[in-house]
Order: sequence, then structure tokens, then C-alpha cells
Amino acid sequence: MTRIEHAFHTGTGKALIPFLMAGDPTFDLSLDLFRAVLAAGADVVEIGIPYSDPLADGPVIQAAAVRALSAGFRLPKAFELAEELRRHTDKALVLFTYVNPLLQYTPERFFRDAKSAGVDGVIVPDLPFEESEAVRATADRFGLALIPLVAPTSDEERVAAICASARGFVYCVSSLGVTGERARFSERLEELVAAARRHASVPVAVGFGVGTPEQARHIASFADGVIVGSAFIRKLEEQLRSAEPNADDPSQRAINTLHRFAASLAEAIHAVPESAGTGANADKGVGER
Amino acid sequence: MPALRQLEADYERLSADPAFQSELSYYLRQYAGRPTPLYFARRLTEHLGGPRIYLKREDLNHTGAHKINNTIGQALLAVKTGKKRVIAETGAGQHGVATATVAALFGLECTVFMGEEDMRRQALNVFRMRMLGADVVAATSGTRTLKDATNEAIRHWVEHVEDTYYIIGSVVGPHPYPRIVRDFQRIIGDETKRQMLEVEGKLPDAVIACVGGGSNAMGMFYPFIEDTSVELIGVEAAGKGLDTEQHAASIGRGRHGVLHGALTYLLQDEFGQVTPAHSISAGLDYPGIGPEHAWLHESGRARYVPITDAEALEAFFLLSRLEGIIPALESAHAVAQAMKEARQRGKDEILVICLSGRGDKDVQQVAELTEGGARHDTH
Repeated sequence: MTRIEHAFHTGTGKALIPFLMAGDPTFDLSLDLFRAVLAAGADVVEIGIPYSDPLADGPVIQAAAVRALSAGFRLPKAFELAEELRRHTDKALVLFTYVNPLLQYTPERFFRDAKSAGVDGVIVPDLPFEESEAVRATADRFGLALIPLVAPTSDEERVAAICASARGFVYCVSSLGVTGERARFSERLEELVAAARRHASVPVAVGFGVGTPEQARHIASFADGVIVGSAFIRKLEEQLRSAEPNADDPSQRAINTLHRFAASLAEAIHAVPESAGTGANADKGVGER
Repeated sequence: MPALRQLEADYERLSADPAFQSELSYYLRQYAGRPTPLYFARRLTEHLGGPRIYLKREDLNHTGAHKINNTIGQALLAVKTGKKRVIAETGAGQHGVATATVAALFGLECTVFMGEEDMRRQALNVFRMRMLGADVVAATSGTRTLKDATNEAIRHWVEHVEDTYYIIGSVVGPHPYPRIVRDFQRIIGDETKRQMLEVEGKLPDAVIACVGGGSNAMGMFYPFIEDTSVELIGVEAAGKGLDTEQHAASIGRGRHGVLHGALTYLLQDEFGQVTPAHSISAGLDYPGIGPEHAWLHESGRARYVPITDAEALEAFFLLSRLEGIIPALESAHAVAQAMKEARQRGKDEILVICLSGRGDKDVQQVAELTEGGARHDTH
């Protein structure tokens, strides 16, 4: 069983997948933050690779990328970070990168370095399915899962095609638009997850916009995994911003805050019984905050 | 992707429809003022002492640039596909103004994304867009210029794709946009060819156009691609020089990369981070270039050359004082290249400069750079 498969087959089979930006705000603190969310019960972590033009991301994750890049983050550091994490965890590690850095590094070199760092999968949000075959073949060769995305605008035919070649898990985008917390998800979300489950032989996780344990619990009632990104990074920002000269060490506060938040999400998600999954009758109006 | 596929299907259907073409041509004629003149620049020709130089006067279009050719076409696509709302990105503000204009013309709601830095550099165009009823949204991320405005427009479009048409302003972005914009701009080259045959009885030896994303250049070049006797010369903004980090020469100094959904030449660092472009002209300040230009470059059909800020500024004054035509700083780059070409070419040759826009929007900026614009000597 691969580490990604394992993540969806322990306990109730529902996986918490936090996203954090590598190098945000510094390499060392980001490493501690990843460790904190893993210790708090994350089943998979997504390691964001900072990019100058993150088209799929909202302002919170954009700002995280800017912080990381201004602190001197360069792509190879992502492999270093994964390698550090891998020393102390058996959980699945997934890199999230835009396509241009991948192309410049070359997929061959990228997947080779990722594999030797102990990475399990890669998500490339701006690699269209139509252009993905060569990249997926290279990833396969190195034993890495190229995890595809499906969106509410994808029709059944497209969902079927994408899911047929999915590796690791299928990433369902909860709503149209960019990453960032939301009060509501697409009305088509449950339908989309159901379609993905019909066509995929791998688990189906939902991301974009999930910001509270209540929303996470709701998503976990019809999907196999829940991806949470911007909410973590917003909490990190709050801790960094509120740094008072005589207060506790802001880094330690950030670590504690993210740990607590991850634990609350893990508790919400892991409480959902394994049998939940059809989602046909689940309540849609969640998470009004 | 589904939205792009839908757009491609809609475009295929509508562009083949004679009723659509006839409506498009009505607005280009009666509203934009086409055809634009192909003007023989007698004093510039005499001054440079070389080939006969013609100006394709895209600056005489309604709103002052070639951008309206494309926005009328795409606004009609929006109308015919039932969209009530359009969005656009803009650099110098010319495309934003052209979009706000056609939005008013067709009764569409309009939002324009513009880099915060460009809003400062091109304040006049911000006023124009707002007066036309458009909402102008500042792009505050990244370099706060055209690239970031495009990012914001794409992000917004993805979220509102069901009721919003995205009018891209250049031959960039994901397929089918580069093709759609090229098709709507090719009227520049089509008219030039016809007019040149009428006036001179032969084709020009070279056509010269500035290239940011590359829409006026592609519009001028495309109808001449099969006419191999016609040299196609694209002028990239060399900013403070190609050996500095402050330029916008994607072909001159970039490498293959993906930006805004297209594989093309891109200014970037070793690890694929897009690096900021610089040009005196906001409209050329883009780190990528239309993918079809990348192809024309690699196939050797077109030649791409650099012109610096200083050379463009000199050409700006030269054309103003010799012909009474104040060019946009973007177009001044093409004029500057014509000055160089003229020195190496005989009097029997013919050059066409695509004068893509007028310089009113740049008057204040140039005044600031040249102590009021009075003390600049032309040679």
C-alpha cells in the first residue's frame, strides 16, 4: 500500500490534507509548521511551492508565496523541506507546483529529486488534462502520483477522462474561482464528487474554500478527504502580524495555533463514519460564518 | 478548459457567419472609422534619406489605437453568446479604454483590471474608462503592471465564467484567444496590403511594428506571412538596455515558458519565476509574447529587434516634429527601428510602420521625462 493509499485507509478512511506554503515566512518556521500539522493529525500534507504568478490562488496564498520568495526561497528548497519532513513521518507528502517552475526544472529532474526526497505525489493546478500525458508518464516512471483536479465546470465526460488516469487521489475543486475561504460551495459539488467517485479507482478529496471544522465535517460526509489551505495561512498571518515586542515568541504561537486548528479539523473529519459517502441527502447550506 | 472549448466552438460558428461578419464590418467602418489611412510620411522619408516610409494610421481609430478592432469583435462575440458582462486587463489603458468603449456601445457591464503602477502612469486612461462607465480595479499583486492585471482578470473570469466574457487585449493567453485576437487585428495588414498595391503598385519591402503581447504586430504581419519578399520586423522594448535587468524583450532575452495559458518566450529566472518586465511604455511592459510570434521567430519568418527607452523617446519627438503626429510611446519603438532600417536601405525600398496608437496618453509622462518636452533636440 502506498503512503497516499494508506492515508485514506486508516481509521474512518477520511483524510485531512492541510496545505502550507514552503518557506513561508521562512524555511525553518515553515518546516516547524508542517511538522505541527502532521503531529496534530494530518493524513497528507500539501507542500506549496511558491510562484510569482499563482493563477489558481486567492490573495492569502498569493501573499504566502510573496513572503516565501522574498525570504529567498528557491525551488530546490522544497525537496530539502520534504526530505526533512520525511525523516520523522510516514505520512504522505504531496508537492503543489505551477507548471512553469516544473518545466524549467524539467519534469525528469523534478520527479527524480522529489522521489529521492520522499515525496509521494505532485499537483500541478495549471497543467490542463489535455497537456498532461507526458508529465504523468514521467511521474509514473519515478513512482510519483500526478494528482489531477476536476472543477464544477467539468462535465461527466471530462470528469470520466480525468479520473480514468488519476493517480493518488482526485482533487475536486469546491467552487469556481481561486483558493480562499468561502461561506458556500458550488451547488454542483456533491454531484461532482459523486461523478468522480463513479469514475475513479482512487479516493476523492475536496479543496478550495474549506475554512472551518464544520465545513470540513460536512465535506467529509460525502468525500474521502478534505484539503484546507488558506485558513491555515490566514491564521499564520494573524500570528505574525500581532507580534508584540514583549509577547510570547510569535513563531511558537504560530506553531501552537496551527497545531490546534489542525487538531480541530482532524477531529471533525475523523469523526465522520466511514459509511458516509453517497452524500445524496447531506445538508448543503453549511458554514455560514 | 470547458469555457475555452465553448469559446472556440462559438467563435468557429460566428466567424463563419456572414451576418456576424457584416455586423463587425459595419461597426469597424461606421464606429471605429476604418479603413485607416496609409499615409506617406514625406518629411520623415526626406529626413532619413532612405526608403519611402509609410505610416499605417491605427492611431486614427476611435479611442486612438488599434485595440478597438479587437474589442468590437470580441464584444460582438459576447453579445451573440448571451453574456451581459465583460472584463478586460489593461497595461497602458488603451485596451481598457477600447473595452469600456464597446461595453458602452453594446450596453454591457464592464470591469477592467489594471496594475496599480500603471494606473499611476496612465491616470488619464483611468479617468476615461470610468467616464465610459467601467469599473477599474487595481491589481495590487506582483509587479502591479500588465502581467498582474492579466492574472487578476483570469482569476476573476474563472470565478464568473458562467455570465462573463473575458475580452483579452492581445494575441496572448490560452487558445483560442491568440487566434481570435489575430483574426480581429488582421484587418491592419489586409488594408495595408490593398492600400500599398493601390498607391505603389507593389508590396512593401518591410513592415515594422512594436511588440508587447504583439497584437498590432500580428495584425500587420499575418496577411504578409505568405509574401516572403516582405520582411516582418517586430520591435521589442529594450528598456534601459538588454544587458540590464530592465527590459521587456521576451524573445531577445527570454526562454521557453508558460504564462497565462500559453507556451511562449518568457522573461524568467533559473527556476521559472516570472521576472518583471520594464519599458518606458506601459503597453510593452509584459514578460511574455504572443505564442504565434514565438513561432514566427523560431521559423525565421519574422525578425525581432530591441529598441531602448531612449531611442523610443527620440523617435517620439522626431515623428511629432516632422509629421505633426504624436505617436504612442509603444508605436515610437517601431518608428525608432524604422530610423535604423532607413540607414541601411536604398531609396527604392518601401517601409511600412504600424503606428499602433496616438500619444496623447503619454504626453504627461514624456513632459516629466524631458523638462516639459520643449528642450528635446532632434537630430
